[in-house]
Amino acid sequence: MKKKKSKNYKIGATITGVLLFFILVGLFWTPYDPDAMDNASKLAGVSFSHIMGCDNFGRDIFSRVLEGSKITLFVAVGTVAIGTLCGIVVGAFTGYYGGIVDELFMRINDALFAFPSILLGLVFISLLGSGKYNVIVALGVAFIPSFARIVRSEFIRCKNMDYVKSAKLAGAGDLRIMFVHILPNVMTVLSSSIMIGFNNAVLAEAGMSYLGIGVQPPDASLGRMLSEAQTYLFSAPGFALFPGIVLILMVLGFSLLAEGIKEGAGYA
Amino acid sequence: MGKNGDLAGEGQLLTVKDVRIRFTQERHSLFEKKRKKEVLKGVSFSMREGEVLGLVGESGCGKSTLAKVILGLEKAESGEVIHRSQHPQMVFQDPYGSLNPAKRIGWILEEPLRIRGGYTAQERRARALAMLGRVGLEEKIAERYPSQLSGGQRQRVCIGAALMLEPKLLIADEAVSALDVTIQAQVLSLLLSLKEEMGLAILFISHDMRVVYQMCDRVLIMKDGQFVESGDVDTVYFSPRHPYTKELLVAAGIREETEK
Repeated sequence: MKKKKSKNYKIGATITGVLLFFILVGLFWTPYDPDAMDNASKLAGVSFSHIMGCDNFGRDIFSRVLEGSKITLFVAVGTVAIGTLCGIVVGAFTGYYGGIVDELFMRINDALFAFPSILLGLVFISLLGSGKYNVIVALGVAFIPSFARIVRSEFIRCKNMDYVKSAKLAGAGDLRIMFVHILPNVMTVLSSSIMIGFNNAVLAEAGMSYLGIGVQPPDASLGRMLSEAQTYLFSAPGFALFPGIVLILMVLGFSLLAEGIKEGAGYA
Repeated sequence: MGKNGDLAGEGQLLTVKDVRIRFTQERHSLFEKKRKKEVLKGVSFSMREGEVLGLVGESGCGKSTLAKVILGLEKAESGEVIHRSQHPQMVFQDPYGSLNPAKRIGWILEEPLRIRGGYTAQERRARALAMLGRVGLEEKIAERYPSQLSGGQRQRVCIGAALMLEPKLLIADEAVSALDVTIQAQVLSLLLSLKEEMGLAILFISHDMRVVYQMCDRVLIMKDGQFVESGDVDTVYFSPRHPYTKELLVAAGIREETEK
């Protein structure tokens, strides 16, 4: 469709694109080994050899930021993937069929929804133990209710439309109607909440790692770096500043994208 | 000819016998009794092949409910609906809600074939394009989304999609009411020519007495879930017997009020 993309969309896409580019590069090449310690350059400032300086073990911060944002993004993608997929399935069935199962699921959903997702994540982590895969599962499960709710309300809106009746008359089964006919109409609304979900996932992962229950050392993550850096906030401000900036840019990029998608949405 | 329209037996395309349906009304308070409202109070009629039957009545009299019962979208409490046509199809009133906004027109036209199965992708495409031609649209429309079409074009696509499975019976529920008058006339003449071409029977539901007169061979007049009068359009329009029919004709400006 010919539609002018909004300013939000462009800026958001640019920020996210640049970050993704760096992360992609970081997959194959970092200036230093992110885990290599160098006693001589402990807490070194910004210089040509270490463009973001070094941390308390003398590890190159730029390399660690690349490594850390990779892990943060990986956790966010995993979380949102689990949340979205399960949310779509739960939301589609409850919204389309309604009735007692719907009531039941939605009350459970309400109960889960009442807790902030990061708190739910904490509960799961204390059950599962920490580590990046557990963080993904914990946050992913905690994210299901919000996606399920969005999908459900969209399905309720769509299921009585005439095009669904036409599909029924043509002999389409319930599954086909749900996932081929209705789901594409839900996608515009869903894609902007997926972006917001990314944001929340990035922040939640950073928060959990900051609290020391998320990604475990030696894995780097933006949240972990912030937590390690707080002791050196005045002696080496760059140590906290650079991971913080990258975190902010990541969140900003996703929210602008979400805004842009929302503005460009609506087929009619 | 009975009060309930022609009740003919075999050899009919569609026979509806004494269909009744009640809807439960929402309770406004916990202690209110559950009340049931009778929407169809035992209606019977039948349709021949290739016939255009008009169904006229005010809003809320049960016209659309009857259509849903015939299509099997709503279940009747008693009575029966006997089809000889395999896939009765329907054209809806609102051309904006009846095409899936996320799909291209070509996809929408191919979908009934895809569901039925047994066609290759090329066959489906060819049939969809042929159908576009039949309903008077250009082939390039297949690549468009519904939001890029006008109301008249959409309604043509709806008719085309309904005819993809080559049904014997088409139900048009206020199919032209949402269109402006010139487009209305075009869509009506399209329906009539398709009827000739495909031997289609059309159940034409409308509240517009004039349009029904142009379109239909026979007409059923419905009030409060019952038929009050039925017969050939000429008979019903020029010598109506029931006061409600007279009222409708006067309201449409077809009949002078002075007669008593």
